[in-house]
Amino acid sequence: MRDLFNSIILLGAYSLIMAIEWTVLNAVDVAFTEASVGAGITTVILMAALSRVKRDEKINIHGSRFQFSRFIPLLVVFFTMILLIYGTMDMPFYGDPNAPSQTYLAPDYIERSEHETGSPNIVTAILASYRGYDTLGETTVIFTAGVCLILLLRVFKNNER
Amino acid sequence: MKDDVIIKTITRIMLPFIQIFGLYVIAHGELGPGGGFQGGVIIGSSIILLALVWGSAEARDRFSQRFNDILNSVGALIYTGIGAVCVIFGGFFLEYGKLPFHSPEEGNHLGMFGIEIGVGITVAAVMATIFFEMSKKYDD
Repeated sequence: MRDLFNSIILLGAYSLIMAIEWTVLNAVDVAFTEASVGAGITTVILMAALSRVKRDEKINIHGSRFQFSRFIPLLVVFFTMILLIYGTMDMPFYGDPNAPSQTYLAPDYIERSEHETGSPNIVTAILASYRGYDTLGETTVIFTAGVCLILLLRVFKNNER
Repeated sequence: MKDDVIIKTITRIMLPFIQIFGLYVIAHGELGPGGGFQGGVIIGSSIILLALVWGSAEARDRFSQRFNDILNSVGALIYTGIGAVCVIFGGFFLEYGKLPFHSPEEGNHLGMFGIEIGVGITVAAVMATIFFEMSKKYDD
């Protein structure tokens, strides 16, 4: 795929399919995030980045057409796929009530979160209350990203700063 | 896209609905899917839509750079501020039950709502910042 524009559109379509996948798995909050961030904002921001660079990947004139280095990513992806498939061998079946993730912490949250935090949505209760520090860190990361971008890319006039 | 009547008209109609939907997602995060992050992204994308259709300069007139920079940090400040208020009233950092409301339940409720708003403001402003800074050309 030489055309970067096509790559970006493919990435957005992939995110949209992942959002549908999360909806099928009943993870609506994650699906919402994937659809708005992955398919929406990321596509637009990559487009904005594309407006600063050339649209086509640079074509290597020297060397033969058949280059080994072009197949290294394919090999890496293939081996990762084999590793991931090997990893799923030990996983419990989808929706298995005896799976460790269902028996350890989840029943506790389902029982307590409603009267402890007053929020009917368990995901929000965990994100905002039980894992409040994590969400604070996440917000700080986003804030830092914005500040870094301003410092790096903004064109300051001479009398500013 | 600066002279496209169809895109401009549709955008003019859609923008308030997109922003109201973003606010709804932030406010409704405790009850249904969504929350500060998703709602903030939706509001940020509405500003980006404005910039795409009318151009960066016009969008910067409506949503000025200075205001955007301030909003970037206001959201994070609201979040940490709520945590600090909890400490002042004798709880742990981000222990919403200790907030000065009538009952711990109300404190929990409003505290979580407050931090969702904080997250939403920061995310919306930073998304707009990222787009404006990225899409800017070198010569201006």
